[in-house]
Amino acid sequence: MIEATPNIILHAADVHKNFGGLRALSDIDLQIEEGKTHAIIGPNGAGKSTLLNVIIGRIPPSSGAVVFDGTVLTGKAPHEINQLGISRVFQTPEIFPDLPVLHNVMAPAFARRDGAFRVNLLRSIDSERQIRQEAEDILDDIGLHGRRGDHAGSLSRGDKRRLELAMCLIQRPRLLLLDEPTAGMSRHDTNTTIELLRKIKSSGMTKVIIEHDMHVVFSLADRISVLAQGRIIASGLPQEIKEDPRVQQAYLGGSVQ
Amino acid sequence: MFSLSRKDLAALAVFAAVVLTMPIWLAPFGAAYPGLMQKFAIYAIFAIGFNILFGLTGYLSFGHAAFLGVGSYTTVWSFKLLSMDIGPAMLFAIIVSGVFALLIGYFSLRRTGIYFSILTLAFAQMSYSLAYSVLTPITNGETGLLLARDDPRHLDALFGAQATAAGLPQPTLFGMSVTGYTGFYLCAVILIIAFYLSQKIFASPFGMALRGIKSNQTRMNYTGFNTRPYMLAAFVISGMFAGLAGALLSITDPLAGAERMKWTESGNVVLMTILGGVGTLFGPVIGAWLIKYFENIFSAINTNMLNGLFSFLPDGVQTFVVTVLSKFVGEGWHLTLGLMFVLIVVFLPGGLVEGFHRLMVRLKRQKATPDGVTSVQPAE
Amino acid sequence: MNVFLAQLLNGLDKGGAYALIALGLTLVFGTLGVVNFAHGALFMLGCFCAVTFRYLITLETVTIDPEKLSPWGSPVEVRTPLVQNWFGDFGAVLVDYSVPISILLAIPAMLIIGIAMERGLIKHFYKRSHAEQILVTFGLAIVLQEIVRSFFGANPVPQPIPSDLRGAADIGVWFGMAAHTLTYPWWRLIYLLFSAVVIGGVFAFLQFTTFGMVVRAGMADRETVGLMGIDIDRRFTIVFGLAAVVAGVAGVMYTPLLAPNYHLGMDFLVLSFVVVVVGGMGSLPGAVAAGFLLGILQSFASMTEVKSLIPGIDQVIIYLVAVVILLVRPRGLMGRRGIMEN
Repeated sequence: MIEATPNIILHAADVHKNFGGLRALSDIDLQIEEGKTHAIIGPNGAGKSTLLNVIIGRIPPSSGAVVFDGTVLTGKAPHEINQLGISRVFQTPEIFPDLPVLHNVMAPAFARRDGAFRVNLLRSIDSERQIRQEAEDILDDIGLHGRRGDHAGSLSRGDKRRLELAMCLIQRPRLLLLDEPTAGMSRHDTNTTIELLRKIKSSGMTKVIIEHDMHVVFSLADRISVLAQGRIIASGLPQEIKEDPRVQQAYLGGSVQ
Repeated sequence: MFSLSRKDLAALAVFAAVVLTMPIWLAPFGAAYPGLMQKFAIYAIFAIGFNILFGLTGYLSFGHAAFLGVGSYTTVWSFKLLSMDIGPAMLFAIIVSGVFALLIGYFSLRRTGIYFSILTLAFAQMSYSLAYSVLTPITNGETGLLLARDDPRHLDALFGAQATAAGLPQPTLFGMSVTGYTGFYLCAVILIIAFYLSQKIFASPFGMALRGIKSNQTRMNYTGFNTRPYMLAAFVISGMFAGLAGALLSITDPLAGAERMKWTESGNVVLMTILGGVGTLFGPVIGAWLIKYFENIFSAINTNMLNGLFSFLPDGVQTFVVTVLSKFVGEGWHLTLGLMFVLIVVFLPGGLVEGFHRLMVRLKRQKATPDGVTSVQPAE
Repeated sequence: MNVFLAQLLNGLDKGGAYALIALGLTLVFGTLGVVNFAHGALFMLGCFCAVTFRYLITLETVTIDPEKLSPWGSPVEVRTPLVQNWFGDFGAVLVDYSVPISILLAIPAMLIIGIAMERGLIKHFYKRSHAEQILVTFGLAIVLQEIVRSFFGANPVPQPIPSDLRGAADIGVWFGMAAHTLTYPWWRLIYLLFSAVVIGGVFAFLQFTTFGMVVRAGMADRETVGLMGIDIDRRFTIVFGLAAVVAGVAGVMYTPLLAPNYHLGMDFLVLSFVVVVVGGMGSLPGAVAAGFLLGILQSFASMTEVKSLIPGIDQVIIYLVAVVILLVRPRGLMGRRGIMEN
């Protein structure tokens, strides 16, 4: 059962999670297809963030296992999971506020190239032309090139979120996890972010998005899973999900917009 | 050349020039004698090393004096057992203090924040207490570890070089004595190398990773960095710098005492670094020089000198001024030191280097508005 | 068994001093968020309140009595303490009991010093980094100890135990043991009781007064209390003053056990920081528990039997315990998550 079929890159098999007596997740069976954008939606408190944290290994599941491309993720340290090719965008942006914007983007590139630990004093950051160029290109893409010398802590909230996305993208991960990538953004910023995510969609990167905003979900997702009270109540193509009565029920009887 | 950026190369050149010309520019300050200038160089090395840990990673160690002490003891033992040549002495001091730092760092780095600080303090205080008590066979307790005429010095004996006729043997570099100005230039050259190394670390991806740990450890982990070995490497490197400084202390004055491991010595290096500017290249050096300068100059001033200095004042005023000032010099120089810290932290947070930067910014701004109207800019 | 009890008791009075210092340190850290490296200096200032009081109370008039001649022919100097002139025998009692009585001087003096410190310096550092707080209070501690040194000199100034309270209590008898099996010096017993009373007083103050309730709420969640529109500033000042008084009276009463010198504060500071961290930053019960625990362990470690078993253990026991506790319990005995960890 716990074996990845060729085109399934991530498989959460039979995952349960209890916090004390509280059941946060039960009976989760989630398969993410390679190259697809998979959205996980659900009302507040449905267990979306818990599921993401279980996938990334931040929270160990009470039972079950998460397998990424044949490797069991359970019990692995965050840096090991990243080194397997999984990057994550957090709900509140986790960046390096005291480092210049450019270095924020360069650091993850070093982790990709040099692995989890390497001391090399012979080369300086400035002499790493290739990585620098790559970082500047990505900053150009997200429109932060003009601020590459500023401390990341001085960016606006929206810019910080985009910076964090850039930090993940430069690692060219095989799987990108996005926890509400547009929460708290203006309409305009949201649209730019959607455009950016669309652009990288063509590059074949697998993405898992947790999102409240249905506009974002339906503009990006290839498949959608609906989580309610810790269970996946529906999983399928966007159109199927839109018409599923159980989903509408879960959203307090309202229709999915 | 050296694969440093042009800016860093310029900084290195300026630094080397400043250090090597110390005997000239320190003369007007009454500090241009080798004994004191050696101390400037040695404590600057200590502070530079400390800054690699504290400045880059933000981990505040309160136990760095332990490595200073270990470096000193190792050096004297190398003199006693192997050779009076300082080469092996320094090498062993760096290795032994590095191993010592690896042990202490391995345990201390399991905790963060003040818990880390207290762990390092606890390890250092244990070393200090043990050096005074149980480890007396190695440390010679309160007397301190001294050279003796009849030390074996196996390496020297092997090469047939034996101590000269009278007195204790002196440390040498390839047979050259390292007292007086030679001693100073030796320390100065090593300081310049230490500065260069710290420049390399600051500019390397390794240094960037350490800054990343200071800025956001969670992000570092989720970005694929294994932060533990990075921290440990920084800790060991910084311990080795301290060990080297300890070695130089014993080279310029061949004895080693446990008081070098006391927490006040650890506190001193923290103060030097913060005073100059944490996380900057020059800051720790400037901090170390200032503190050592004040310690040596202020503590040497006595009432007679003050009386001479203020003899132009009317008698009553002179007595008053001298009485007040005498509280701040000689025995009381610590009072000056304390006041200096309070004033600098209150008015110059970020240390002298940042204060200097701010001053430059202000000057530039004034230039930009030549009619003397200072533009009002919102603080960021 | 008796040896065991005796060592336990010996550790308790030292533990009492650690606990009192750590209590104030934790109180200040928990409410004001300030790492106060000058707290040891406050303990030292308390010690010197006792010294000052004794100095003042033993000021004496010196008259030369021409009638009487000393054996070698010079006129005899008659020294009479002023208080004895004014109050007669009661004055003599005052001199004898100078240490406990000087608490009356220490309380207002320490309150004023504490408030002045907080208003003049500490309050500007609430929003600054811990490193800066450490540096400025460390500088302040140096200044305070140097001022004391310039007035009182570098040598320790021993303070006498009141004559009635010298000697040891045969407390074994109280527990039905034979006479002289378990004795404990009176003054140490008094110090132990005194520290228990002060600790109890502070806890009662925090537990049963509205002011204390706000302080405890502030320790649990500073931001919320600030948002509730409570005048935090004035309370901060009072808390700091309180901590200064606690450290001060702890110092006053400790003077007969250890002759105070100007650098006493620094010596106790390092130890009490270890105590606070072992107890868990920000936890008052933790500070008290760790204070007594470390005091007792130190006392056991200095037993000859233990020392011969593990040489040097008496020198390092406190730090060893700190290392073990911090490695086993990441936040000390009773610390909470996220405090001072970055």
